[in-house]
Amino acid sequence: MSTVNSQAQNNSPVVIELAGVKKRFGRQMVLRGVDLVVHEGRTLVIVGASGTGKSVIIKHMLGLINPSRGTVKVFGRDLQRLNRRELNEVRSSFGVLFQNAALFDSMNVYDNVALPLRERTRQSKEEIHGKVMGKLELMGLEKSVDKFPAQLSGGMRKRVGLARALVLDPKVVFFDEPTTGLDVHKSNELYRLFYRTQQQLGYTAVIVSHDVPKIFKLADEVALLADGQVQGCMPPEDFQMSEQPMIRAFVEETMGHLYLSDEEEADFYA
Amino acid sequence: MRAFFEKIGYETLRFLESYGRLGIFLVRTLKSLFTSAFKLRPVLRQIHFIGVRSTFVILFTGLFTGMVLGLQGYYTLNKFGSEGFLGSAVALGLIRELGPVLTALMVIGRAGSAICAEIGIMRNSEQIDALECMAIDPYRYLISPKLLAGIFCLPLLTAIFDVIGILGGYLVGFGLFRINTGSYFQGMYLNVDWADIKMGLVKSLVFGLLLVWIAACKGFYLHLERTGGFGAEGVSRTTTDAVVLSSVSVLVWDYLISALMI
Ligand SMILES: Nc1ncnc2c1ncn2[C@@H]1O[C@H](COP(=O)(O)OP(=O)(O)OP(=O)(O)O)[C@@H](O)[C@H]1O
Ligand SMILES: [Mg+2]
Repeated sequence: MSTVNSQAQNNSPVVIELAGVKKRFGRQMVLRGVDLVVHEGRTLVIVGASGTGKSVIIKHMLGLINPSRGTVKVFGRDLQRLNRRELNEVRSSFGVLFQNAALFDSMNVYDNVALPLRERTRQSKEEIHGKVMGKLELMGLEKSVDKFPAQLSGGMRKRVGLARALVLDPKVVFFDEPTTGLDVHKSNELYRLFYRTQQQLGYTAVIVSHDVPKIFKLADEVALLADGQVQGCMPPEDFQMSEQPMIRAFVEETMGHLYLSDEEEADFYA
Repeated sequence: MRAFFEKIGYETLRFLESYGRLGIFLVRTLKSLFTSAFKLRPVLRQIHFIGVRSTFVILFTGLFTGMVLGLQGYYTLNKFGSEGFLGSAVALGLIRELGPVLTALMVIGRAGSAICAEIGIMRNSEQIDALECMAIDPYRYLISPKLLAGIFCLPLLTAIFDVIGILGGYLVGFGLFRINTGSYFQGMYLNVDWADIKMGLVKSLVFGLLLVWIAACKGFYLHLERTGGFGAEGVSRTTTDAVVLSSVSVLVWDYLISALMI
């Protein structure tokens, strides 16, 4: 019972469009027909239980995984039909943070962030240095430039990944759990940063997060993924008010409902 | 019965698939060489890793191979009373056969395994996916410098192996058997042709390509391996596979090139 996106009133151009995307890994059917639309300059937040396929959706949008059925279009181009060069054209406006950060583990922090600039642009050493240090300072990492990924904490790795994702000022960003592993202060700082860069650059964003309801502040649309389908994609205010049973269960649970029996509940809060 | 045929069909498909991958991999790597600006620095780095750091091993193995050739060659030639040919025998054996083959096998052990493991780990930890998402072509960035370095280094290492081996043969011949220095080297000059050197050169070029190609491809497609290239064990298993496959390929191609060029 996938719900059609309630975005008919939105008239900025479509950047990403998933239509009827199904994906199976061996016997496991992970996505059972996902429809999603992301408009330019808007932020889509995907929420849902662990293991429901949020990261798999992002990998479809990046063209790293091909759907078993259905189409994935970015800037109106069907990713499956593109050759490597065309795919690179599309990807050149992407900034991606992987769930595990996927840092280059034989390069230090500085080189990790500098790599996209070195390989994709023809800037001088000084320009590159300025940009890299700028992004690292934003992420509070200026003291760790010489460290290797194995010498960083989980949250630091995430922040290096973010610096790397943002260093080329991308038009479309994909963040897979950007704040998992960060303390409250750091994640709040990150949200402020997202908000400001979004205001400045106006990028389109797809964010996967478990940080509900705080992440709703950043969202233009929230999509709940459950049972391999999008159970509704709507502005956060509507999402929190939604009568759709799965969304309601999700929202109530994130508000602290534990769904214990009355007896257990009395015991739990005693 | 049906299961039996299904198994055969499945195995055949797997086989074709894995060789098809090798082909596609090479085509993409070569294509990336011609479609993008050439950068020297990464190639130099790989030459340092594949070539320079193998030099010591090659010196060592070359010396002992030459020495044992001198020993065995003297023993055999002595039976026919033609020790004067020792220089030619050692040189021809090294230049046509042992130099290229043993150099390739040593480099497979030293650098081929390392290339496969490095790329395999990058695949496993999504680093290659990250490269692709940054619109950096992994074939250009990761593979082609290694391939160029392999093709460049193998002939040079082979030449070192040959020269030091010829000296090793002389050391044994002169040191143990007091053979005539002049006849050792003179015989060599007379009997080693351009054709012999050409064969050695062709072999070493082909082996250089072959060993980097197979090692890199195995690592790159680690996730598609039949046994499942997951985790540390997957990397180690795939690396072993790559070493075995590239060693065997070197020996097979050694035969084929010999047969074609003789
Ligand atoms: N390459 C793959 N091969 C096989 N199965 C996979 C693969 N990638 C993902 N899966 C399966 O797809 C399902 C969804 O995985 P996914 O990583 O998208 O979950 P997720 O929603 O991101 O969870 P989390 O919130 O924990 O990150 C899981 O059951 C996983 O086992
Ligand atoms: Mg995930």
